[in-house]
Amino acid sequence: MDVEEVEYDIFRDDEDDPDAQHSLENNDSTKEYVVYLVDASPKMFTTTCQSENQDVETHFQIALSSISHSLKSQIINKSYDQVAICFFNTREKNNLQDLNAVYVFNVAAEREYLDMPNASFIKQFDLLQDTFSKNIGSHHGVMSGSRENPLYNAIWVAQALLRKGSAKTVDKRILLFTNEDDPFGCVKGAIKSDMTRTTLQRAKDAQDLGITIELLPLSCPDEMFDLSKFYADLIGLEGDDLQFISRIYKIFEISLCTELRQLVLSFKADNIVNKELSIVDGGSDLLSIEHIHVVDSYKRFVVVILHFNFRLEDMKDQLRKRIFTKRRVNKFKFTIVDGISIELNSYALIRPTVPGSITWLDSITNHPLKSERTFICADTGALVEEPTRRFHPYKNQNIIFSMKELSEIKRVATGHLHLLGFKPLSCLRDYYNLKPSTFLYPSDEGTDGSMCIFIALHKSMIQLNRFAVAFSGSSSRPQLVALIAQDEVIQSGCQIEPPGMHMIYLPYSDDIRLVEERYSDTSGVTKASDDQIKRAADLIKRLDLKDFSVFQFTNPALQRHYTVLQALALEEDEIPEIKDETLPDEEGLARPGVVRALEEFKTSVYGENYDEESEHGTGKPTEASKKRKAHAEFAMKEWGELADTGKLKDLTVVELKYYLTGHNLPVTGKKETLVSRILTHMGK
Amino acid sequence: MARNKEALLLLLDVGPSMHSVLPEVEKLCSMLVQKKLIYNKYDEVGIVLFGAQDTDNELTTEVGGYQHVVVLKNTKVVDGDIVEALQQLPRGTTDGDFLDAVIVAMDMLIKKFGETNKGKKRLCLITNAQCPIKDPYKGTKEEQVTTIAQSMTAHGMRMESIIVRGKLTQDANKEIMDENDLLLNIFSKETSTRLLYVEDPISLFGALKTRNITPVTVFRGDLEFSPKLKIKVMVYKKTQEERFPTLKKYSDKAPQTDKFATHEVKVDYEYKSSEDPDKVVPPDQRIKGYRYGPQIVPISSAEWDAVKFKPEKGVKLLGFTDSSNVLRHHYMKDVYVFIAEPGNTKAMLAVSALTRAMKEMNKVAILRCVWRQGQGNVVIGVLTPNVSDRGNIPDSFYFNVLPFAEDVREFQFPSFSNFPASCQPNEQQLESAANFIKMLDLAPDGKKEVLLPDFTPNPVLARFFHYLDLKSKHPDAAVPPLDYTLRKITEPDTDLVLQNQSITDSFHRSFELQGNPLKKPRRLLREKISDEEGKENITAQPVANLIEYTSIKVEKIGDLTPVQDFEAMISRRDSPDWILKAIKDMKNKIFDLVEDSHEGDNYNKALECLVALRKGCILEQEPKQFNDFLKHVCKFCQEKSLQSFCEYLASKGLTLISKTEAIDSDVTDEEARSFLVKSESKEVIQEMLSSFGIDE
Repeated sequence: MDVEEVEYDIFRDDEDDPDAQHSLENNDSTKEYVVYLVDASPKMFTTTCQSENQDVETHFQIALSSISHSLKSQIINKSYDQVAICFFNTREKNNLQDLNAVYVFNVAAEREYLDMPNASFIKQFDLLQDTFSKNIGSHHGVMSGSRENPLYNAIWVAQALLRKGSAKTVDKRILLFTNEDDPFGCVKGAIKSDMTRTTLQRAKDAQDLGITIELLPLSCPDEMFDLSKFYADLIGLEGDDLQFISRIYKIFEISLCTELRQLVLSFKADNIVNKELSIVDGGSDLLSIEHIHVVDSYKRFVVVILHFNFRLEDMKDQLRKRIFTKRRVNKFKFTIVDGISIELNSYALIRPTVPGSITWLDSITNHPLKSERTFICADTGALVEEPTRRFHPYKNQNIIFSMKELSEIKRVATGHLHLLGFKPLSCLRDYYNLKPSTFLYPSDEGTDGSMCIFIALHKSMIQLNRFAVAFSGSSSRPQLVALIAQDEVIQSGCQIEPPGMHMIYLPYSDDIRLVEERYSDTSGVTKASDDQIKRAADLIKRLDLKDFSVFQFTNPALQRHYTVLQALALEEDEIPEIKDETLPDEEGLARPGVVRALEEFKTSVYGENYDEESEHGTGKPTEASKKRKAHAEFAMKEWGELADTGKLKDLTVVELKYYLTGHNLPVTGKKETLVSRILTHMGK
Repeated sequence: MARNKEALLLLLDVGPSMHSVLPEVEKLCSMLVQKKLIYNKYDEVGIVLFGAQDTDNELTTEVGGYQHVVVLKNTKVVDGDIVEALQQLPRGTTDGDFLDAVIVAMDMLIKKFGETNKGKKRLCLITNAQCPIKDPYKGTKEEQVTTIAQSMTAHGMRMESIIVRGKLTQDANKEIMDENDLLLNIFSKETSTRLLYVEDPISLFGALKTRNITPVTVFRGDLEFSPKLKIKVMVYKKTQEERFPTLKKYSDKAPQTDKFATHEVKVDYEYKSSEDPDKVVPPDQRIKGYRYGPQIVPISSAEWDAVKFKPEKGVKLLGFTDSSNVLRHHYMKDVYVFIAEPGNTKAMLAVSALTRAMKEMNKVAILRCVWRQGQGNVVIGVLTPNVSDRGNIPDSFYFNVLPFAEDVREFQFPSFSNFPASCQPNEQQLESAANFIKMLDLAPDGKKEVLLPDFTPNPVLARFFHYLDLKSKHPDAAVPPLDYTLRKITEPDTDLVLQNQSITDSFHRSFELQGNPLKKPRRLLREKISDEEGKENITAQPVANLIEYTSIKVEKIGDLTPVQDFEAMISRRDSPDWILKAIKDMKNKIFDLVEDSHEGDNYNKALECLVALRKGCILEQEPKQFNDFLKHVCKFCQEKSLQSFCEYLASKGLTLISKTEAIDSDVTDEEARSFLVKSESKEVIQEMLSSFGIDE
């Protein structure tokens, strides 16, 4: 941690402080141990899907790239989660139990089987696709005549890997990727029932130990992944639930016929809760997915059945989303009127991800250094304890405050969120923003009554096109907030926007600057004519980004940062180039239609034969004119003579800069630096 | 600092019709000066009152007229005296003539500064403009005002007018008000400054910019559409959080007599080797390390500079898109404003054409920005049109930063439709919610929007400056309560609620907060648990008291149904501590049963308990707990001559938990099976040995 930059500040924002979140994630209770269990049977290699750009990928490749993606984002998000990657139905074996057809992938000697991912692990994993058949190999696991049961072995191995850490403080999960809905399909009779029974028992044992098993089934258009064949039992769907699933399938088939429908199904295994079924007309391009959330009071099984017809990208998306679990930031009480309040949880759905903090190391040993802070009294030079009082100069005296008084000043409301009223959405101007928004969703610790209020307000706000204004009395910065009701948005089976409210932090009058008014002109300013507006409209139509999505760009600086780190961590000589996705589409801009629209707009505003260089603002001197001036001034002095007689230091900084500008040298630094830079340049 | 100093004249209407709002005016103006004392302490301020009882200004003595205009304070560098004067404004007795005050103020500024200080001379008029101004000697009022305004511009003065209206004033002659509004509008047009109407005390408090910040460009240069089409723009911050002032740490070490003591505290950082805490590592021997997963990769600054991402400076258009593709909550940071380069009419036209077209078509532009050369990152953001409806303010754009893919956490939340029927509002509830929303309307038709951010002051800062001033007079003063006006920012407007009590009541009735918990509580506060444990400790060992058995929350293992109690307790998930507590209590219970047993009458019950404990320990991966306990019980029985219990257990086939049952166990299958048998046989051997007179 770079202590020099983090000056102690009593008013630091504790709620959104990245460090606080960091430590929260570091906390054991939110740590996760995940074992990725990937089916490596030949079927995983033979079933393929086509992505939009006609690339063919096998199910195995899809699974690997989803895992690789999640490993990398784990590094970027600085999480302390530990992972193991384990293949089953393999030719070779590698596991502590020495069980057949199970291969735990690892980089030897560098990490334990279940550990935080490091650079070489990720690198090796990325290379695995090419070397897989040679080193690990795919193999039909269950075969008639053999009593080998790779799935059983795999669960056993995964369970043993997850022995580490207490189930009370760590979330343990097995994520199972497979496209075989009937793993014991090729054996018959007693052997089959025996295998099924033992495997299910194995899974149940693991679940009894607090391990969640999540199934990430991969399927193809012509063959549906049938949960009822085997996996419903494995992940703990029973009796009623199974019946329910067959109902789902019936509806599913119907909707297959109607095709352009989207099915969102959800039910709770908890028998108290009414089973509900809702079919939503998605109107989206292709029928695709169902979610089944099974929640029972102790364990959580989530099943996502991917049945696609739909684009490969969507499936990857879905896998990626499923791999992460959500974490709460804070809890609020939202007071609506006296006597009615709702418990809300807040989530940070959007926060800038920054390169990790710096650790200072000893350059000789590369060991981390500890930093120590000392307080020195500026008057006496004595070492003092951390002072508990602060002061501010005012009217020629020092006004002293105790920390208690300072926090009292900031306490202008009794914590939490108070509703003040509602306004039409058009009142929310684009410049009312200070920092990233926070997402609010009712807490499941509340009552169904409070849920009901939230849903009622949510619906009515959307219907009436209004947002709520509330006061958030946080201790760090009490302020007005806007609450915007967001309706759920689902696209091709993916939840794009979750339902809930977004809290937008509003500025105060002190935070808003009147820039436009500074540039007002009493003689009136020119506004565009209708023709010019029409040309602009044509241009806008030409330069339309149809499928623009806010999250489509990766951060090139961040990607570069981690590529460099990965290369250095692996001691590679070459740093791979990253693609900067944020650059404008030059090809698109060069299309004749676009060029014409640009030309027409330019002509209508700037006139024909407009020469950019000739028109410069009448007000401020431009860069070029500054340079010309510097040149003129520069020519006026006998620099060599000044340097020889040591008179350079008698010149002003501005004068010294003429020389530097004249020679295209940097003009930063103190006067001494400038003088020495000039001398160096002259070779003196 | 002195470079930016401004001279400000406050022209305050203190006539009778203003009396009700004067307390607010006092607060606003004194805060303005208090802030100047901190941020712009070389600024000059003067106070001119009109509608006053007396007359005291130079123009009166020089040319006559200008009655009831009092120069309360001549322009001078801000000090405590001005603050105090503003805190106790004298109440006037006559209707004020704001034009007289404006002329007096202009005269003061011209006399003091002449032609100098252009653009840094400011007038601030606060009035309700309800009283007529006097007719001029010649020409119309309009002509007179126009002349004055033009001369104001010529002298480089600006004027801000804050007109108090609405709820804040009594009814007045509408004709006069309209006439005054017209005149004030001429000022606003001719002098390019603000004319604000405020209708509630909060807006009055926030209407005046209390701190002058000279805006600095973030970027000036081309907004690039293509290499052929570039528009010259300047980019400024539109919003930026005004932070709580940074206070210095106070040291009281300096002797009291030392008048020049700074009382400051220096903070020093030292880096020490982790192996040898006494060894300080000098700065040149340090190298920066960056985390990559568990590894820390050392990279020197020079190395890093050579490889890091270095984008070219420039602001480039990526394209336009429907405004619905960018949601309001995607905005990441404070906001920028893009203005066409001043004086560049073509650029102004281009910006104007684009803003108007974008607004009409509901489009926004997506930009990629690198503000400075050498900036280590690019910014992707959305440009939204800001079409000006005023003739003298140019059209501009607002720019908001958007997130990158890495910045978004795509958590999934259950659809509302998935919740049970009891969570779904019915028709009547929806209607009452809609009525409630309509009732609590902060921007009603035909009235001024309440709590408009542009006019809402920061209550914390206002409170701080007030307290600071208070402390300068009374160092021991306690923090004053939040000002009544400012409290309206933090709490709902009681008037609004009271006026529509019936709607609030109906909302209340529709959503009576009964209802069942959505979920059994799983997590309790830590304190609560430790509290309960504390109580437990007082009662010490479970005494034979009857505890009502409840299936939901068992906190103790009772006598009647120990097995069920244990099972309920160990499966409680509201805290991990319950498991250990359940195991501990169960052990105590078993001990009690065995100990209190009379001729084995409790053995069966004890065995049931042991079996339950065994099962629980396997489930919760606590095999050692059970194994150690069983060993302990057996040892205990042998010591207390209760061997019969061990035999009883062996006969019922109770064993230790083996490794195959729970992976954490260090007991092999063989050991597990033979444990009770062995201890028995050991017993036999010992008996045999003692019978032979040999002591082990």
